[in-house]
Amino acid sequence: MDFRFTEEQTMTAEAVKGLLADLCQPADLRRLMQVGAARDDRRWTALTGMGLAGALVPEEMGGLGLGAVDFVLVAEACGYAGLPEPLVENAGISLPLLAALAADRRAATLLDRALAGDVTVATAHPANLFVAEADNAGALLVVRDDGVSLLEAGSVGLVRQDSVDPFRRLFTLAAMPAAAPVAGASDARAAVDLAFDRGALFTAAQLLGIAQRAVDLAVAYAKERQQFGKPIGSYQAVKHMLSTVQVRIEFARPVVHAAAAQLANADAFSRARISHARLAAGEAADLACRTAVQVHGAMGYSWEVDVHFFLKRALALASWWGDARFHRERVAARVFDRPLGADQTFASEAAHD
Amino acid sequence: MDLTYSHTEKAFRAEVRAWMEANVPSAPLPSFDASREGFEAHRAWERKLAEGRWGMVTWPQAYGGRALNLIQWLIFEEEYWRAGAPLRVNQNGIFLLGPTLMEYGTEEQKTRFLSRMASGDEIWAQAWSEPQAGSDLAAVRATGRREGDDYVLDGHKIWSSRAVFADWAFGLFRTDPASGRHKGLSLIFFPLDAAGVRVQPIPQIDGETGFAEIFLDDVRVPAFNRLGEDGQGWSICMATAGFERGLMLRSPARFQMAAKRLVDLYRAHEPECAPETRAAVLQSFMDAEAYALSIHATASRLIAGGHIGAEASTNKIFWSELDIQLHRTALSILGARAELMRSAPAAGDVGRWLDGYFFSLAGPIYAGSNEIQKNIIAERMLGLPR
Repeated sequence: MDFRFTEEQTMTAEAVKGLLADLCQPADLRRLMQVGAARDDRRWTALTGMGLAGALVPEEMGGLGLGAVDFVLVAEACGYAGLPEPLVENAGISLPLLAALAADRRAATLLDRALAGDVTVATAHPANLFVAEADNAGALLVVRDDGVSLLEAGSVGLVRQDSVDPFRRLFTLAAMPAAAPVAGASDARAAVDLAFDRGALFTAAQLLGIAQRAVDLAVAYAKERQQFGKPIGSYQAVKHMLSTVQVRIEFARPVVHAAAAQLANADAFSRARISHARLAAGEAADLACRTAVQVHGAMGYSWEVDVHFFLKRALALASWWGDARFHRERVAARVFDRPLGADQTFASEAAHD
Repeated sequence: MDLTYSHTEKAFRAEVRAWMEANVPSAPLPSFDASREGFEAHRAWERKLAEGRWGMVTWPQAYGGRALNLIQWLIFEEEYWRAGAPLRVNQNGIFLLGPTLMEYGTEEQKTRFLSRMASGDEIWAQAWSEPQAGSDLAAVRATGRREGDDYVLDGHKIWSSRAVFADWAFGLFRTDPASGRHKGLSLIFFPLDAAGVRVQPIPQIDGETGFAEIFLDDVRVPAFNRLGEDGQGWSICMATAGFERGLMLRSPARFQMAAKRLVDLYRAHEPECAPETRAAVLQSFMDAEAYALSIHATASRLIAGGHIGAEASTNKIFWSELDIQLHRTALSILGARAELMRSAPAAGDVGRWLDGYFFSLAGPIYAGSNEIQKNIIAERMLGLPR
């Protein structure tokens, strides 16, 4: 039992954080928003240059062969920065799914192009009402009842669904062309389920990052803004609001990290933990963003202050890869159908056999 | 990150489980706060634990421990709570003073106090608060006057848990009369049966006398009883409080077992329960899990040489609030019977939920009120100005 990240994992996350601190500040977001673009090429090139696209793809297929624990801190950093580009969806979800289906030649070819950074891949999963970044993707992985299909860009009509988050590019598929699946439903089930769990987990990690960013923005403002001759952050009313949020964050974080460590178990225990992580991080982000608006006062309601970027992203991710009700039911399935007690914290189906 | 147990850890769990199954009393002991009889029954249990070298597994073998790490301590606690073993009457000693003694005590002090603490021969109370020094602990007025090799203690301490029946207390005294606030304070031990000590029980919300006032009138103790340097009392107390809030006072197993009982209660009453009750039950489970995971993360960090910082304050807020919500949910499941004493003919399965609920209300107050903890988080974690 050792609940710590390795030095290497921490260093990778620090490198991504550093890069995003340089290239993904709110001023950068505003510039991108003004020109109506979805990606900043310089930033995306820098991120893919780190080899992150293949982070979760096995080494023998040309990836880095990392696991969810390695990637979870990266996803957190993406949330913290409010990253517009689809690093989490592409590298965290689509490419490992594609790798799992690479017995199919079309999938293997697409994987090579995606690992080279030529294209991104978007995933259309029944858990999500929309497909994110479908217009910029080189191909779509479409999960349906009969299996997983692969659609090249341009082969399917896309209907843009405007999101309140200026960097969420959402689409519905106009009409589904007939396409032979790259994997049938039963062959793809485990990979598709794992893709969903990665989606939920890395969304939780992003929400955790968003929550901390909202607190940090509010703290910075509360130190500067003076009223009654003192910084407003010296008043207990303000301190206690922010401390309350930080407590929520502190008790969402270990759940997110444990969920990453247990993801590969793919059982009722690990799924409940992922869902718990989603719920806890989602609530922390919701409270953090609302509190950040309040601490900023009227400025918090303005377009000028950056809080709204994170408020909107938290709102957008609240029902992404499963809504609260779905995730609560996965927790319920663990609570009501599996053993409970203090010795069950790290339980798994394998350990019970 | 490896969230599985090693063979050694599994074997240790099996060893604890077997010992608990063989030794935990089949019927609950009478409360240690209600009578001398209950207190002594708990002392006897502490002695039995010590015979099995289970008194404090993290302590060095020389003081009755097993020199195990904090993950193994958590395994011990999980099995302890799983077995329904008695509450630790000496928690002020073994969980609070013990670790502090280990860090600040001299070899002679450790030899004198730790073994008898681990064995239950000496049960400890904490004597920090005063009528005018609660959240503002640095306003302590009780004095320790140096006379040769002795200190002469005077003052009025209050809210001392276990002091009614305990043997010793560790108190905060102003040893430099010219000093103010955090400076000039020392941590000094005194026997509760020493000449000049008068203990006045205070009935609690539940009618039991879990805490007391202590009046000290020219109480003479040797300077040997001072922990750390003269004037170092405040920083030692803060280190103790960090351990208290951060780790040892409330082991996660306590809340996980309570959540398990809550789920059982919910199952027995499911048809009568509203949907929001179900959601609240699930939330209690998740909160207890989140606390357990957080403590395992902290334990791993401490094993690797880390220290407890201001996050101790987040722990204290989280467990005290989850404890209240958990008990409120249980009372809502019991509905109209929630107010019944166990003796009522219609009590049915009301169990100890009401006692637990009242006790949970003390959680945000003791070990430093949650409002003070929020100030600590704001100032030391978030860096907001004082």
